Amino acid sequence: MRSILQLRVPQIDGGESQLSGLNVEPSAEGSPVAIRFRDPQIEMAHGAGGKASRRLVEGLFAPLLYPGSQEPLNDAAHLDIGGARIAFTTDSFVVKPLRFPGGSIGELAVNGTMNDLAVSGAQGRAMVVTFVLEEGLAAAVLEAEVRAMSEALKRAGVVMTGGDTKVVERGKADGMYITTAGIGTPLNGVKVDARSVRPGDRILLSGPIGDHGITILLARGELDFEADLSSDTRSVFPLVEALAMECGPGIRWMRDPTRGGVATALNELARDSGLGIELFEEEIPMHDAVRGACELLGLDPLHIANEGQFLAVVSPEYADMAVSALQQTAGGEESRIVGQVCIEPANAVLVTTRYGGSRIVDMLVGDPLPRIC
Amino acid sequence: MQYVDEFRDPDLITKASNEIRRLADPARHYRIMEVCGGHTHAIYRFGLKDILPSNIELIHGPGCPVCVLPMGRIDDGLSIAQDPNVIFAAFGDMMRVPGAHGSPLEHKARGTDVRIVYSPADALELARKYPKKEVIFFAIGFETTAPSTALTLMAAKAQGIGNFSVFCNHVTIVPAIRAILDSPDMRLDGFIGPGHVSTVIGCRPYEWIARNEGKPVVTSGFEPLDLLQSIVMLLRQLQAGEAKVENQYKRVVPWEGNSAALKAMAEVFELRPYFEWRGLGFISQSALRIHEKYAAWDSERRYVVPETRVTDPKAAQCGEVLKGVLKPAQCKLFGKECTPEHPIGALMVSSEGSCAAYYNYEYRKSMVARVSSVA
Repeated sequence: MRSILQLRVPQIDGGESQLSGLNVEPSAEGSPVAIRFRDPQIEMAHGAGGKASRRLVEGLFAPLLYPGSQEPLNDAAHLDIGGARIAFTTDSFVVKPLRFPGGSIGELAVNGTMNDLAVSGAQGRAMVVTFVLEEGLAAAVLEAEVRAMSEALKRAGVVMTGGDTKVVERGKADGMYITTAGIGTPLNGVKVDARSVRPGDRILLSGPIGDHGITILLARGELDFEADLSSDTRSVFPLVEALAMECGPGIRWMRDPTRGGVATALNELARDSGLGIELFEEEIPMHDAVRGACELLGLDPLHIANEGQFLAVVSPEYADMAVSALQQTAGGEESRIVGQVCIEPANAVLVTTRYGGSRIVDMLVGDPLPRIC
Repeated sequence: MQYVDEFRDPDLITKASNEIRRLADPARHYRIMEVCGGHTHAIYRFGLKDILPSNIELIHGPGCPVCVLPMGRIDDGLSIAQDPNVIFAAFGDMMRVPGAHGSPLEHKARGTDVRIVYSPADALELARKYPKKEVIFFAIGFETTAPSTALTLMAAKAQGIGNFSVFCNHVTIVPAIRAILDSPDMRLDGFIGPGHVSTVIGCRPYEWIARNEGKPVVTSGFEPLDLLQSIVMLLRQLQAGEAKVENQYKRVVPWEGNSAALKAMAEVFELRPYFEWRGLGFISQSALRIHEKYAAWDSERRYVVPETRVTDPKAAQCGEVLKGVLKPAQCKLFGKECTPEHPIGALMVSSEGSCAAYYNYEYRKSMVARVSSVA
């Protein structure tokens, strides 16, 4: 799962001293950097992908690490280095338990990073990895995860080009943490940018929501019920590629709704585009087991984490072609148009219920907490 | 999903909403209180206000257990949890509720061992798993959750688990309704009765409301059709000039309640002479404490409890909102100092709290024009 949002770095033009554009410098006039992050301590919410995460990234990381950027937060940075166009991203994986129905931390560590590249409109090519291992971790557990990574790399056609290992004392980590960084090449004709989204554009969802988050919740064994459910962890690149081939210029924006769920991803889109999103509740695909668990626990499925799904905004003339392209690609059979972009409510996401009622859906606040009754 | 989809059927919902329009006298304004926070949440979540006529006003009642808990009780519980040997276990709802020195989650970030549990039995399981630690279960809830706390205490006693205790904050719904009805600034036409509480206590305990106060009560389920049907039943009574207790939630609620649950509660709990409710003040015989027989598992007896009393910030008007005198957005702090992310009052914390429900589902919507489809 994503622990923080990625920072987007604007394109760097020209072939000389390419990396100088990445240096951290105070703003040109030497004026003080505006740090807006005022929370007294770091809490779990700061890594949950919702409002607190965004406050941390926008209020502390962005002003100091990339001062002056007005770019929206994206899943990956697209750079032009000496004429070579590359996409670049990183992600950390902190999952308990390490293995769960449908996947494991090792597979996530490959697919998650490659998916961040995919939804930025790029094909993953190579990656590096850092393992943080806890003293006492069984070697067999580590081997199983490395094998899972190896298989995911093969499936994705991506090469591992380097890595690092650290071991921390027993009790300092949940077995293992994995950080990966990925590099990819942008897909021709695809430009993903929230600011290019227009009223009337359609919102496309690649498949049922909530499977990953609810699977992890159940796999932790804290709840006395079981469901026939497995994580949706997978590479979304084949679907993104199919979409790009069919309607590349019609794609305005993409995002994988991982931590914080569909609600948070779309609220970010609303905010970055200054437009409104209207979701059609009955069109949102969801498995009964997810719906049942959310009903029982009082959770909003729109806030539950996904791994192998993505949201796309496509221009209206491409909408039918886009759905058809996804539905004809393996794994995209359940994709749907789930909403549209509107002028109002500006900067907000509104869900229309099946019988004409409506409600605002906000970003996730903290971690989703179950209700008692 | 069975038992859910039937109660969200758009055709049936349209029929029910048409029936409400037919029954509601346009010359009259109806003020109906939904007692239970779960109802408040459902009303907003399903956008039910959009399909009700404007002369039916739903007033949010005191039925969110997190919201009515005074801040001092949270501080008392967390004061015990400062002992490094203590594991403080509570429901997810409690985690963001601010005490005077921070919420359980903020205490967790500072190093207190705070765990989220899904039931008191899970807290007892923690005690089994960590025999050298002291596990305190911070119990909250109306009669809905009190039986499971009672059964857990009975299990702890039967199994001789000595490192487990309960900090009991269970409250009872009827005295709260009485306090609302005694409030001079409250004019209500009827009640949507609390469905979950009624699964335990049944419908009979509300009969005095109809008999003595002349207000109809309909015990309701939590799906959109349940709520609309309950409003239909209330309007029919009001139109006929009747006041009686009716059970809309028959598929779950027995008229006489759940005798096994009531028996477990009677075994473990006794009424406190009085208890402070946030916003409503001290209400006599409105809460439960652990019976002497279970003293060894009562955190308040086992530990020194400071008995903190914390007054809410002056500008916060939680009490008025809780009683239905003010709408959430009429509170001076609403949406400014007090938001779901930085709640000042508990009504903004729990998803069943009327302020949080209003903020999450309505507030921003009310700030902008209705969505204008551009398709």
